[in-house]
Amino acid sequence: MKLKLASAAIGALLAASPALADLVFPDLSYRTGPFAAGGIPFSDGYQDYFTLVNERDGGIGGVKARVIECETAYNTEKGVECYEATKGEGALIYQPLSTGITYQLIPKVSADKIPLHTMGYGRTSATNGRVFEWVFNYPANYWDAASVAINYLLDENGGSLEGKKIALLYHNSAYGKEPIPTLEALAAKHGYSLSLLPVDSPGQEQKSQWLQIRRERPDVVLMWGWGVMNQVAVQEAANIRFPMENFIGNWWAGAEHDVTPAGMAANGYKSLNMNRIADFPVFEDIRTHVHGKGLAAGDGSNVGKVLYTRGMYAAMLAVEAAKKAQEIHGTANITAAMMRDGMEALEMTSEMMEALGAPGIGPEFSVSCEAHGGSGMGIVQQWNAAEGRWIALTDYIAPDQDVIAPLVEQDSMAYASENNLSLRCE
Amino acid sequence: MPDQFLFAVEVMINGLMAGVLYALVALGFVLIFKASGIFNYAQGVLALFAALTLVGLQKGQIPFAHLINAAFGTKVHYFGWTMPTFLAIALTIGVMILLAIAIERFILKHLVNQEPIILFMATIGLAYFLEGLGDVMWGADVKTLDVGLPQGASEWIEDRSAVLGGDGFYGFFIDKLDIVAALVAAVLVISLTLFSQYSKQGRALRAVADDHQAALSVGISLRFIWVLVWSIAGIVALVAGIMWGAKSGVQFSLSLIALKALPVLMLGGFTSIPGAIVGGLIIGVGEKLFEFTIGSMIGGATENWFAYVLALVFLVFRPQGLFGEKIIERV
Repeated sequence: MKLKLASAAIGALLAASPALADLVFPDLSYRTGPFAAGGIPFSDGYQDYFTLVNERDGGIGGVKARVIECETAYNTEKGVECYEATKGEGALIYQPLSTGITYQLIPKVSADKIPLHTMGYGRTSATNGRVFEWVFNYPANYWDAASVAINYLLDENGGSLEGKKIALLYHNSAYGKEPIPTLEALAAKHGYSLSLLPVDSPGQEQKSQWLQIRRERPDVVLMWGWGVMNQVAVQEAANIRFPMENFIGNWWAGAEHDVTPAGMAANGYKSLNMNRIADFPVFEDIRTHVHGKGLAAGDGSNVGKVLYTRGMYAAMLAVEAAKKAQEIHGTANITAAMMRDGMEALEMTSEMMEALGAPGIGPEFSVSCEAHGGSGMGIVQQWNAAEGRWIALTDYIAPDQDVIAPLVEQDSMAYASENNLSLRCE
Repeated sequence: MPDQFLFAVEVMINGLMAGVLYALVALGFVLIFKASGIFNYAQGVLALFAALTLVGLQKGQIPFAHLINAAFGTKVHYFGWTMPTFLAIALTIGVMILLAIAIERFILKHLVNQEPIILFMATIGLAYFLEGLGDVMWGADVKTLDVGLPQGASEWIEDRSAVLGGDGFYGFFIDKLDIVAALVAAVLVISLTLFSQYSKQGRALRAVADDHQAALSVGISLRFIWVLVWSIAGIVALVAGIMWGAKSGVQFSLSLIALKALPVLMLGGFTSIPGAIVGGLIIGVGEKLFEFTIGSMIGGATENWFAYVLALVFLVFRPQGLFGEKIIERV
């Protein structure tokens, strides 16, 4: 009886809907250029998950997902071109994996009414849904990351960082500068001194910065790096014999290729992560339904790596939001505006993640009209060079919202004022 | 001695060492410009391509594996052997010579007597082609380069110099890789000088550099000289690729090291090998000392732009660069 009812309901749904088109998910990837080493595994994971959903489940709510890949080479102008070239295809969501591209797309997606999801990057204050209707950055943002790092250090130092010296080695760009206000506010709260060490892009030459670190002997070095900057920094840290356990990168400085060039010297280096690394059951499904059928986005060598897992997680969150949108609007053939509603009602629970074959891949979180940023939690992981893998040192650590929330409010309200935006959710 | 002074000396020494690495890249530009008047935009990519080839050969990677697998449904990636470093370097040199022959045959031969800007544009095309070829041949992942070069602080220097300062001075930090790079650069420059002074081919190369019309009239083959000079530039690129790749792994950003060579060329001149070396040293020391003394007052990260400021200042007084040839064109 239940089966008949369900069939009737699906039949009615299909009859009421227009002809089902594909659900379009553009992938603004970078498989070429100086940052390709990070872009490739992320894109592989992102695309493989959509292929898995198509092959194993028959699509999302019965509608096939179609990924349109567009090469940005991590170049902001090319990223914008990709956006313009693909938005007319019925794009439901954009995830550009670049803070520079994100800043250019925020006004565009707001005008075109297409959601933008920047997990762990982009404009931090976009977490304020009252101002940024079309932008989401769950499960965490840069300011969360800075606070998670400090909370971890507090835990490691008996709850006090009074008198400690912390240096921030950062990519001298909008991305690299993002955590500075948070770290400064946290320095005022916890009594540590903060020194700032910018590294010009791409970051191949860092001798001056590491000589300064050697002279000033900070207790901890935090790093906001990307691309070649990460590999050089790890090598330079090893060269000056800086204790690796006191060197912590953010989650864009904690992939396998960031540490392997330095070999055993990278042992003990730590980084944050917004998602766990494990041999999730979903990988087996990907191997069977995607790679086994010759449908892999790449050569299949990246499955399970940090950035592959994160790309897959990004796709998983998009699929779950699409399902939620279908549920809310009673149609499988959703639009970008409906997708936004799905994202705003998304709730990721432990049970859901387990059912998806990725137990504990991310923290539990829910999105609302006001809060587009998720829980902001992150873990700390450490590189074991002998075994060639990252090992999680902590469970998910919560950020200090007492410090972050006022900063988000201040920055987002300034944006609202500059752009004459009226506040939502009121 | 006061620690601050010792720190400044340390910065200066490291600036000299960094300058050697810049000079290694600049040398490739100078060689080609001197012999053919071409500003080779692809020099950074040559370093990347050489380093990719070296690592690929060393690790027994199958070139074009991704294409082969896509075309034939296979899953092959490695031959299953690793090659001794010496042999891999020798074979990479062979590949760079073959590449030089191909560049001459398929590009330069067709552009004889064209405007310099046309030749420059051709090298831009070559740069993007080689970058794509490297990607398709060897993949875009970050590769670990292990040719047995030492890395890390020289403890011997650190220990002996630590006594010069107080408790806050830990001895001079000098990276062993930088010392090796300096020695290799010295050998390279001496070899190039001996080659150009005492070998038949070297003299022919100098003749073409001085006046290629006159060189042609005495029977020197311009095509052979171009192959020769691009081969040498390829070998220099391999050396630069090894030194820079050892620091960061071999990855596509390696091609951007060319940016570090431009101020060196502006300062040292495009036609002088000693100019490349001295220019590299001046840029290295200048940018590091500026960052040390002024950088922190103005927000840091000054090195990239200050190198160009320094080069521009020199250009005001010597437009042809420190060691460049003064060009006088009479009407």
